[in-house]
Amino acid sequence: MDSTAPLRETPLNAVHRSLGARMVDFGGWDMPVQYSGIIEEHHTVRRAVGLFDVSHMGEIEIRGPEAFDLVNYAATSAVSKVADGQAQYAGLLYEHGGFVDDILIYRVNGNEFFLCVNASNQEKDHQHIQELRDRKGFDCEVEFASPRWAQLAVQGPGAAETVQPITDTDLSTIRYYRFRDGTLRLGPGGAEAPARIARTGYTGEDCFELFVAPEFAETLWAKLLETGAAHGIKPCGLGARNTLRLEAGMALYGHEIGPSITPIEAGLYPRNVDLSKEFQGKALCEKQVREGPSRKLCGIEMTERGIARDNYEVFVNGAPAGFVTSGSPSPTLNKNIALCYLPAAVAQPGQAVAVQIRGQLAGAVTVPTPFYKRSK
Amino acid sequence: MSNYPENYRYTKEHEWVSVEGGVATIGITHHAQSELGDIVFVDLPKTGAIVTQHAVFGSVESVKAVSDIYAPVSGEVIEVNGALTPAPEKLNEDPHGAAWLVKVRLSAPEEINTLLSDAEYQTYLGES
Repeated sequence: MDSTAPLRETPLNAVHRSLGARMVDFGGWDMPVQYSGIIEEHHTVRRAVGLFDVSHMGEIEIRGPEAFDLVNYAATSAVSKVADGQAQYAGLLYEHGGFVDDILIYRVNGNEFFLCVNASNQEKDHQHIQELRDRKGFDCEVEFASPRWAQLAVQGPGAAETVQPITDTDLSTIRYYRFRDGTLRLGPGGAEAPARIARTGYTGEDCFELFVAPEFAETLWAKLLETGAAHGIKPCGLGARNTLRLEAGMALYGHEIGPSITPIEAGLYPRNVDLSKEFQGKALCEKQVREGPSRKLCGIEMTERGIARDNYEVFVNGAPAGFVTSGSPSPTLNKNIALCYLPAAVAQPGQAVAVQIRGQLAGAVTVPTPFYKRSK
Repeated sequence: MSNYPENYRYTKEHEWVSVEGGVATIGITHHAQSELGDIVFVDLPKTGAIVTQHAVFGSVESVKAVSDIYAPVSGEVIEVNGALTPAPEKLNEDPHGAAWLVKVRLSAPEEINTLLSDAEYQTYLGES
């Protein structure tokens, strides 16, 4: 992308600025990194409910008699196991086995799939899927639908109580990783917005992601702050979104996954990789499952003072062995945690390692992920 | 508008320094803590360390980022604010006061004249 190009904005840009958010360039998008402070927003999501503008995320809609065949060939996961109204996490791979992106597949029906993809990858993903369609000759349409959608994420224990007052859809009947099309009442005049209501998220808490047309974004944002007030809702930025997803052990494109990393190394097999079907990039996945990958993603926590940051080197027995993909203080656990790639032989919990922080080695130990799991 | 004490001197890297009897107290500015956000970690030199003007002598970290701290003046560290290690968030609360970082015995007192006044610093920040 041209680095001198103007930053792209979501329909809520003016709202973020009026709330005094600190705005940053996030992959070419002018996005709020924090409002009141990352730690406070992080705790709000764990203990109450947070509201995120994630309208920068991309949407790709695939429709037609062979929509399933295309999605199933493009994605690593067992798309045949996804029912209407269900969502599934998957990798989108190059032929060589590295990631084009990671995506959420929402099955509307057998002939219609809705993909939610990373903001900075959306044009690339759309082109990639179109090329696969053309190469395989699948009969379906691949629409770049991002301009038609805004997306708000309501995340935290108070998520359902925040959304329920504005919809007739009974949210208790939408289970985790399920979605339904309904309407949201944005009143006063009884104004209604058609919405895709999904129980999906990126924080490790109960969650709803609401997809609406961009013209409804501002009123929906205001409405949710109103209905969530009794439950302690606060606007939250991408800073808290990152610490929350890291605690929940969820990958971020450009960090845990990317063109030179495979889903096997990233630990997505077998849950999100189905070797019983054909898909683009399968050969290397199959080989790595058969022979074992040489490196694996694993969690560490610092046992000595210091914060492991992205790209810091990780040492095992005094020798460089891997690198940090995401590192941060964990506000929930009150520890310094990180995800890193390590040689498979040492990538199991309990291994003593060290992280090089500004020239000094600081002790750490490998631990199971996710770092944080909510109690149900 | 933030309060930048008149008797302090400032750097473009957002440190402040206050000199009394040949000893400089050094900290980071309100602007620095505000830009960083929640500060969670402070790395400071030990007593006895020699710091050099414009060279990195420590770092502060927020949830999101690491930021180097540059020495506004040269000299020997004679005191370190140990209260910050267990409670780095004090840097967000009182950066110009209780959350000073180190005290340095000046080896080149004239260096202080190369620093910005409060008015110059605020002009630099564009908030005067």
